[in-house]
Amino acid sequence: MGVVEQMVRDEQTTSEDGDRRPTVIVDDLHITYRVYGASAGRGSATKALRRVLTRKQSPALREVKALRGVTFTAYEGESIGLIGRNGSGKSTLLRAIAGLLPPTQGAVYTAAQPSLLGVNAALLSNLTGERNIILGCLAMGMTPAEAKERYDEIVEFSGLGEFIDLPMRTYSSGMASRLRFAIAAAKSHDVLLIDEALATGDADFRRRSEERIEELREEAGTIFLVSHSLKTIVSTCDRAIWLDGGKIKMDGEAEPVVEAYQEAVARAAKGRSSRQRRAAKAAEAAASRKPSPRATVDSWD
Amino acid sequence: MIETAMSPAALAEKYGLKPSSARPPLHTYVKHLWQRRHFIRVYATSRSVSRYSTSILGGLWHVLTPLFNALVYLLIFGLVLGVHRGVDNYLVFLITGVFVMNYSQSSVTSGARSISSNLQLIRALHFPRATLPLASTLVELRQLMFSMAVLITFVLVTPVNLIGGGPLRAPEPITWLWLLIVPALFLQTMFNVGLAFIMARIGAAVTDIQQLLPFALRVWLYSSGVIFPLGERLADSNVPDWAVDVLMANPAAVYIELIRGLLMQSYDAWFGSFTWVLAVGWAVVLFSLGFVYFWAAEEKYGRG
Repeated sequence: MGVVEQMVRDEQTTSEDGDRRPTVIVDDLHITYRVYGASAGRGSATKALRRVLTRKQSPALREVKALRGVTFTAYEGESIGLIGRNGSGKSTLLRAIAGLLPPTQGAVYTAAQPSLLGVNAALLSNLTGERNIILGCLAMGMTPAEAKERYDEIVEFSGLGEFIDLPMRTYSSGMASRLRFAIAAAKSHDVLLIDEALATGDADFRRRSEERIEELREEAGTIFLVSHSLKTIVSTCDRAIWLDGGKIKMDGEAEPVVEAYQEAVARAAKGRSSRQRRAAKAAEAAASRKPSPRATVDSWD
Repeated sequence: MIETAMSPAALAEKYGLKPSSARPPLHTYVKHLWQRRHFIRVYATSRSVSRYSTSILGGLWHVLTPLFNALVYLLIFGLVLGVHRGVDNYLVFLITGVFVMNYSQSSVTSGARSISSNLQLIRALHFPRATLPLASTLVELRQLMFSMAVLITFVLVTPVNLIGGGPLRAPEPITWLWLLIVPALFLQTMFNVGLAFIMARIGAAVTDIQQLLPFALRVWLYSSGVIFPLGERLADSNVPDWAVDVLMANPAAVYIELIRGLLMQSYDAWFGSFTWVLAVGWAVVLFSLGFVYFWAAEEKYGRG
């Protein structure tokens, strides 16, 4: 893997001219989550008391290293896809770039305030879509007049129509994420971070949002996109970063990185399926040796 | 190749890039906060409106909740325990105390929750976090407005000595002093916001505080002269003088006495004009202290 990585990197640095303006610089970024209540130890009062008396560090406090030394530079006009398995640190990286998670070590430098747009970004579920649009716009720093001006556009883009005056808790997850995307895309951002937003929503919405991302990109912004849909990454991004276990495994043009990732996934799946076949065979052999208890229960009925 | 030779930090400096999670200096922070004033207002009203949105009676609970609250206290302390001695208009005395105290108490509770219950929002959008404890206090202020409407109604219709022993007299007269209730509540709001800031920072780091708060708040309630006049109670006992002064200078007692003094002509508030000095002092000190304390951890909210 190291060879491919090096090759792609070299290609990129040589094509780089001095005039490209960096918008996001990530420098040896480490992020460690402190998770409370990770083990069952906290549940029992006597255990907790003993812990306090012995002054031991809580076993329920676990440190999870989500990112361990990520370094890269993003330039103006780039759209970067982040790929990797669940838990590889993609969403954490986005949050760190957005400045929503302070680095444990290292630093993230940005030109402007990046905006994160994620499916998990809960708006206020008890409020109507209409209220959420206004609140979202105001939270992004618009004036009430601007928010009112953008309102119709956002409703139209979200395609929610008559549902807009229902509380958001009644929305399906697809509808809710459409609304969130519509709100965040209403403003042109210098750095836009999109977390799985395009995976939900129907084909028509996906097409429109891809168009909108293209528009935002032309407004000289930088876009980061996290998606499990590799097709989306290839069609919307010109660069891809593959994260694995909190580190960059590969960084370069979108297509070769996605291909390498696909190969690795396929290899892993093959290994797993052969393991599964072996396990199934073993189980079968075990089952043939002794009669299944389930069968006897069935015969009583 | 030249650029790759530069360290990331140097490159960042060359193009004027800033650390994304840096805490802005205090004056910039205040400016950002001012820019989000509409967000705070809309957020607070939306939260307030949606508070009872799933119940059948809906917004009516804004009025019914303080009403029931007052009636329960009246039943227990006024009628069952009979602690009204020395106060002619005990009904108004008690309800004023309960409502004003409740405003500070609920500001503390919702302030402590304001960061931890909005983690999703914090992790999604970038905005000065101080908007959240501010908005949560504004929600409570809105609730107080409903409570004050209930209170004023009680004041206007309750004959003095309704509970007590003496002959019934006409209800409290409307005086110009009532206008001073507005600045008094403004000062209490400042104090509450400051307290909410402090509780928000503590509550964000230590979730256990939410389990402890109910007890602390109850102690605060009983030591603030909500149920009986603090001064007279303590004068009878053998509590040393300085301790009496400390208890009476407690901010909740100050704001309660201030508003009682303005609202009720039949009641002698104990401090007179010195109450105002204390009210302003508590408001200014807590507000500025709380704000700086909250701001100092700005970049840490939403972590973990």
